[in-house]
Amino acid sequence: MNSFFTFINSSVGKKLLMSLTGLFLSLFLIVHLAGNLLVLRQDGGESFNTYAHFMGGNPLVRTLEIGLFLFIAVHIVNGVRIWWQNRKARGKRYDVYRLDENTTLPSRMMALSASLVLLFLVVHLRKFWVPARFEGEQNMAGLVVTTFQNGWYVLFYLIALVVLGYHLRHGFQSAFQTFGWKTKRYAGLIEFAAAFFWLVIPVLFACIPLYVYLTGGAAVASLR
Amino acid sequence: MKITLKVWRQKDQNDEGRFVEYTADHVSPDMSFLEMLDVVNIGLVKKGETPVAFDHDCREGICGSCGMMINGRAHGPGRGIATCQLHMRSFRDGDTIVIEPWRSNAFPVLKDLMVDRTSFDRIMQAGGYTSAKTGGVPDGNAILIPKPVADEAFDAAACIGCGACVAACPNSSAMLFVSAKVSQLALLPQGQAERTARVQRMIAQMDEEKFGSCSNTYACEAECPKQISVTHIARLNREFVASQF
Amino acid sequence: MTLDSKIPGGPIDKKWSEHKFHMKLVNPANRRKYKVIVVGTGLAGSAVAASLGELGYNVLAFSYHESPRRAHSIAAQGGINAPKNYSNDGDSVHRLFYDTLKGGDYRAREANVYRLAEVSGSIIDQCVAQGVPFARDYAGYLDNRSFGGAQVARTFYARGQTGQQLLLGAYSALVRQMDQGSVKFHERREMLDLVVVDGKARGIIARNLLNGKLESYSADAVVLATGGYGNVFYLSTNAKASNATAVWRAHKRGAFFGNPCFTQIHPTCIPVTGDHQSKLTLMSESLRNDGRVWVPKKKGDARPAKDIPENERDYYLERLYPSFGNLVPRDVASRRAKEMCDNGYGVGSSKMAVYLDFADAIKRLGRDKIFEKYGNLLDMYKQITGEDPYQVPMRIYPAVHYTMGGLWVDYNLMSTVPGLFVLGEANFSDHGANRLGASALMQGLADGYFIAPYTVSDYLASTSFTPAPADGPAFKEAENTVTASINKLLGIDGTKTVDEFHREFGKVMWDHVGMARNKEGLKKALELLPKIRAEFWKGVKITGNAHEINTELEKAQRVADFMELGELMALDALQREESCGGHFREEFQTEEGEAKRNDRKFAYVAAWEYAGAGKKPVLHKEELKFEYVKPSQRSYK
Repeated sequence: MNSFFTFINSSVGKKLLMSLTGLFLSLFLIVHLAGNLLVLRQDGGESFNTYAHFMGGNPLVRTLEIGLFLFIAVHIVNGVRIWWQNRKARGKRYDVYRLDENTTLPSRMMALSASLVLLFLVVHLRKFWVPARFEGEQNMAGLVVTTFQNGWYVLFYLIALVVLGYHLRHGFQSAFQTFGWKTKRYAGLIEFAAAFFWLVIPVLFACIPLYVYLTGGAAVASLR
Repeated sequence: MKITLKVWRQKDQNDEGRFVEYTADHVSPDMSFLEMLDVVNIGLVKKGETPVAFDHDCREGICGSCGMMINGRAHGPGRGIATCQLHMRSFRDGDTIVIEPWRSNAFPVLKDLMVDRTSFDRIMQAGGYTSAKTGGVPDGNAILIPKPVADEAFDAAACIGCGACVAACPNSSAMLFVSAKVSQLALLPQGQAERTARVQRMIAQMDEEKFGSCSNTYACEAECPKQISVTHIARLNREFVASQF
Repeated sequence: MTLDSKIPGGPIDKKWSEHKFHMKLVNPANRRKYKVIVVGTGLAGSAVAASLGELGYNVLAFSYHESPRRAHSIAAQGGINAPKNYSNDGDSVHRLFYDTLKGGDYRAREANVYRLAEVSGSIIDQCVAQGVPFARDYAGYLDNRSFGGAQVARTFYARGQTGQQLLLGAYSALVRQMDQGSVKFHERREMLDLVVVDGKARGIIARNLLNGKLESYSADAVVLATGGYGNVFYLSTNAKASNATAVWRAHKRGAFFGNPCFTQIHPTCIPVTGDHQSKLTLMSESLRNDGRVWVPKKKGDARPAKDIPENERDYYLERLYPSFGNLVPRDVASRRAKEMCDNGYGVGSSKMAVYLDFADAIKRLGRDKIFEKYGNLLDMYKQITGEDPYQVPMRIYPAVHYTMGGLWVDYNLMSTVPGLFVLGEANFSDHGANRLGASALMQGLADGYFIAPYTVSDYLASTSFTPAPADGPAFKEAENTVTASINKLLGIDGTKTVDEFHREFGKVMWDHVGMARNKEGLKKALELLPKIRAEFWKGVKITGNAHEINTELEKAQRVADFMELGELMALDALQREESCGGHFREEFQTEEGEAKRNDRKFAYVAAWEYAGAGKKPVLHKEELKFEYVKPSQRSYK
């Protein structure tokens, strides 16, 4: 039997790590979405702010948050490693290469969609997480409303969610293939579950900026 | 039919290589693709030039020798065929066809369209067998294998080792090839004793040969001349995880 | 020199076991001191290399392929025979022995054939243990089907890819030994000469096909398992690279050539489409289990098959051979197809084809069942012809497929050069004048797994060896011979390509030394063939040089050897004034057009000795004695 280090450093091991972190991050999306949807409760932002406060103050959540960032970091670093090794494996490129005739678009653009999601993540964290955590922002609902009254932000978020959907379109079911669970028997079930992640979750997320933008957000939060 | 060919020519492993254009006149739609190349080669020899080198042998899609990238597709257009089974009726008069060797660092180009696929043999050496010594085995019917299991093992065993999976994969991954053997022997009772060591050693060898890793694009399955399913890759992954416990 | 077949005494069913008991053994600790060269790593070669490696010998294996898995054994489709009697239809070792001997038209050695039948059961066990996915029934038991020339179902199969699965099994055993270091595999090396020292085979000269270097390898015994020579005819079902160079060069070093004219023409191949044709594709004989062979009753009937009503079709095999029907042996089926086409009943645009029709079987069993049994074959047909065999009947025509002839070997599979063993299709042994379906895989693996490992050990144990270093004079001499021949070829710089010569030569072979032969035609061939050969040595054009990958040079050497072998085949066919199995002399046939043997004069193996360039080869005869089976006129009616 080989060591754990050998295991995790093997090509399959790295893919497993990718899948594991990816799935964890997907699960986080559910939690994140559930909280965010509180914005849509038309209570002037009270529920959402309470939630945001809880997330910022609870030590357990703070610990989990560190874990989350760790997972993101592993997902990125590991992803870059895999990408680089795979690139090297080809050597000389093909002059004509019709990968498009054999594969789906999302599966071909994982590195690109990942980079875009990362870009989005930086902007998103700067916009919401940094103010909440480090700048003492109390009225998170208000921040949401002011942000999404700007049409450019809305557009940026919508594009980002489409890209995230693409990333998950391939990534989610791919993880199950990597775990070896995607057998003929479960393929349908996995595809079904995957649709929740790549379609339903991004659409629900998209509702927030759209709703705010279209209604002006007066019911969502009281602006100071 | 008249066909224009853009063929990768490379004198030997150290040569840079380049595309050279040839014209094939009087191509019959009944010709196989390799027969078309034969005709081009006869013309080249007559002109005193070296013919295009390519591996080929059985010309019925089972030995796995032939294999080239034809217009960006491993084994050319069509599903479930090796290059030798491709016929010129798949092309139209006046077409330009770009022919390149398999590209992968684990398959160095030897000459023109010939590549070195011995990395596959080294992977097989690392456990692609059952350690059954000649003579010391039970009766064939002493090992019962239900038909569905035998059939699925067969589907995996159909691999001809041509390398199209590696060539087609954006990552030059050999997972479909490795999974075919691991899956076959994992399914059969005969393969159980060495199950753990086999999957670990074969994957270690695969990595050592510098094949890429699988990103589940399934380009391999699409281009496999034997249409081996990626469910075998899933089984390989499962075997690999299970082997750690 | 007299031929000694070394057949052991005793009753036929005890010969092999008694013989094994009396063999000398090599102590396990001493085995690694012996080096054995194995040339060719198809079924027989991989099997023997792996088995000798397991025993502990130091094995050097050679192949002109990049990997043992590319060997042409892989293309065998139908199956492998073994008298397991799993079908409970009365099969036994004796029956398989009888069927094989009879199928070979009584031109094989009884003792060899019996041994083949005897060990064949172990092959199935061995392959199953290796993980070969043979067809199984729902309860998990091995499944059987029937094959030409037999009335029992004794053929084990793995869809239409039995050869592939068996070869991959043998290959897996071989790579295991490579992994353990007992076998060193030399890929892309072509054997170009046999080195004989003090009358014993002690090594080979091989050309490294990647850089053209000649390499000398010395050993204590040499095993050739390099396959058959069907490519003499240019068009055959053999793989493009299959060649006779290794056996022919061994022949020139003293190994006699047995029954060179015995060629098998396979009845079910896809017909030729044009001059560009580079090879022919076989459709497994197993198709004749469910497919029905027919031609229109009317000469030159140009209607499409579906427009020809049932009563205007001639299912000629069923008509002529009511008891075996479409499952008559290959030679009979081939000859009848040729006869139908020669008489003007042929179908398709070339009129050189007969129908093989699945319509009835599809009606009876359903399309799914037919797909399951023959799917890959029917797909292959569709891919090549562009026609769908589920809709229209397949067109088939006979093609050269297998050569029963080969280097003469004794009971121990040793040639007339001591220390040179010849296995599988490369030797002449077990199939007589015609090989039954599903017997080639059986023989290759029997030789490789269960016979040669014993007899090679016996030879090593009972022989005293003097050192024969790879830089010794005999090796130098052989290397110089090879270099000279390569330089001569490259120096010609003529105008015609190797393929053009090969095609021309092959056409003469097919026309006069093919499916039906006669004295006049053979004499004509013996005039034409040397002329083409002379032209070849004056007019062949080979580009490139000897120090690189040079596929034209590789082909040229092989074709040069085919040209010499082709002449020997014609000579052999001429001297054998009888018809037997695949050797059909038109002058010798029964009233019904069946092969007419002459046991009084020709119950012998023709073993030819090379007498030197330009000299007539010398014929030696090994009389065949039949003690257990009385030769009779074969009847499949």
